[in-house]
Amino acid sequence: MTIIREDFREILRLVRPGSRVLDVGCGEGALLDLLAHEKQIDGRGLELSASGVAACMARGLSVVQGDADQDLDHFPDRSFDYAVLSQTLQATRNPRHVLDELLRIAERAIVSFPNFGHWRVRWSLLSRGRMPETKALPLPWWSTPNIHLCTLADFMALTEDLNLRVDACAAFAGKGPARPIEPTKAIENWRSESCLFMLSRNGGPAIREPSPGSGDLFDG
Amino acid sequence: MAALDPITPAAPPVGGGTWRFPANEPLRLDSGAVLEGLEIGYQTHGQLNADKSNAVLICHALTGDQFVASPHPTTGKPGWWLRMIGPGKPLDPNKHFIICSNVIGGCMGSTGPASINPATGKAYGLSFPVITIADMVRAQAMLVKALGIETLFAVIGGSMGGMQAQQWAVDYPERLFSAVILASASRHSAQNIAFHEVGRQAIMADPDWRGGAYAEHGVQPGKGLAVARMAAHITYLSEPALQRKFGRELKRDGLSWGFDADFQVESYLRHQGASFVDRFDANSYLYITRATDYFDIAAAHGGVLAKAFTAARNVRFCVLSFTSDWLYPTAESRHLVRALTAAGAKAAFVEIESDKGHDAFLLDEPVMDSALTGFLSSAERDRGLA
Repeated sequence: MTIIREDFREILRLVRPGSRVLDVGCGEGALLDLLAHEKQIDGRGLELSASGVAACMARGLSVVQGDADQDLDHFPDRSFDYAVLSQTLQATRNPRHVLDELLRIAERAIVSFPNFGHWRVRWSLLSRGRMPETKALPLPWWSTPNIHLCTLADFMALTEDLNLRVDACAAFAGKGPARPIEPTKAIENWRSESCLFMLSRNGGPAIREPSPGSGDLFDG
Repeated sequence: MAALDPITPAAPPVGGGTWRFPANEPLRLDSGAVLEGLEIGYQTHGQLNADKSNAVLICHALTGDQFVASPHPTTGKPGWWLRMIGPGKPLDPNKHFIICSNVIGGCMGSTGPASINPATGKAYGLSFPVITIADMVRAQAMLVKALGIETLFAVIGGSMGGMQAQQWAVDYPERLFSAVILASASRHSAQNIAFHEVGRQAIMADPDWRGGAYAEHGVQPGKGLAVARMAAHITYLSEPALQRKFGRELKRDGLSWGFDADFQVESYLRHQGASFVDRFDANSYLYITRATDYFDIAAAHGGVLAKAFTAARNVRFCVLSFTSDWLYPTAESRHLVRALTAAGAKAAFVEIESDKGHDAFLLDEPVMDSALTGFLSSAERDRGLA
């Protein structure tokens, strides 16, 4: 029996059966596969590595090679019920735009990220004066793909800035199960190693204004 | 005597040959012209299953033919895609009924400019109507129907074959379950047209071309056709592949201080040109290159590529490109995939790392094999074939 990652278990709980799901940065397709079997979703994936895409194709998944920064713009408005971005937001070049795009493409975004406000991270910086290397952030500063790290409080500020509604929020620490949290509480910013949000847009999803030059795709 | 009358089979025989459509089934072309007495040269491998759900159509590239997995009748060379076809390979005659037909306009059994025009009793030459990729596909659809197949399990093609696979999805979305498009594009770029024009001009500049009527004069514009092939062949390779294979290697010790083939690469290209002339018709080269130049799927759909594929949203697509392909670069495949995504079709796409250039789709590329095997086997499961 395969062990299901705790964040996947939480996503599995959140997603409605039979819905349309886009997994951005889907790796070898483990989550899409799980959702297809357990929730009969109609899944699509976006993945940067050729080997990841090839593995997904071998599983029969519809996955396209591409990345969150460049390829989300090409998906039509509201083409999915959920867009999942798992532990990747902090590695994108423009996280604000990516989050905005997720909620243009999908009715709901499911986003998880390592919390830079976790006490271990703060302690590492305070006591050693070195960039933290923790379970959630295992790589040294010079090789980490994470270029836009944020704390839980930072993320909440961004959701307010983008006028997003938090539909669900859970925290993870170590290999323990998901713990529903109240993300505005200061204590959660100390004790959550990583966080998972389900977000939607206040007042419904935004529809993109047609932009000149995006011409050749869909009615644009 | 009745006993000696030729027996006309009711349907194209399994295995292959040339199928002639009855006079009441003409091919109507995009240009408005009509081809009567259409003939299609084709080969099949494997058996059609009881519910006729295992048929795969392979669409060949510009100068390819139907001899995809059997020896070429002229050159004796083994089938051009044996890498992909055979027991245990992605396309398996034990599982699939594999069809490959010569495109119309071609010169391996299908009606083309070298065929006899029934109206004049002479070879068509330049009186053959200009054809399009959609015309080629329309003819294939007639053959597939004549073989008794309602829905193809897959249409697969690389390069110009990939254009046909796209056209199938646009024109007959309900008649195919999946489409595989390798190293292709949904339109010809200015550079693509430019290279083709060089080839056509080389043919037409050959005095033996005779305005296309060389057959009547018993000659062949072999020199022009060879130059066309040499120029085109360079576009199928990549700079690193040429460097790796030939570098500045000389054919013999020392330079000739003249214009003989001093360099290995020159000798290689001359050989490519000369051997091509033995198996290909110059006018076919003009007509088929023209068909690819005219190819632009979006143009027929208000300039919006995604609109062309809206009816194909139930077709599964697999699109593959190669990093060193500068003839149909990855950007073209990405453009197609974005349109498929926008149309809501199920699309899988990966760019494969290779230094072999455009021809990589015909060569040993393990990632292509595993991606294709994965795509086809999952489609087989969904189609109830596995």
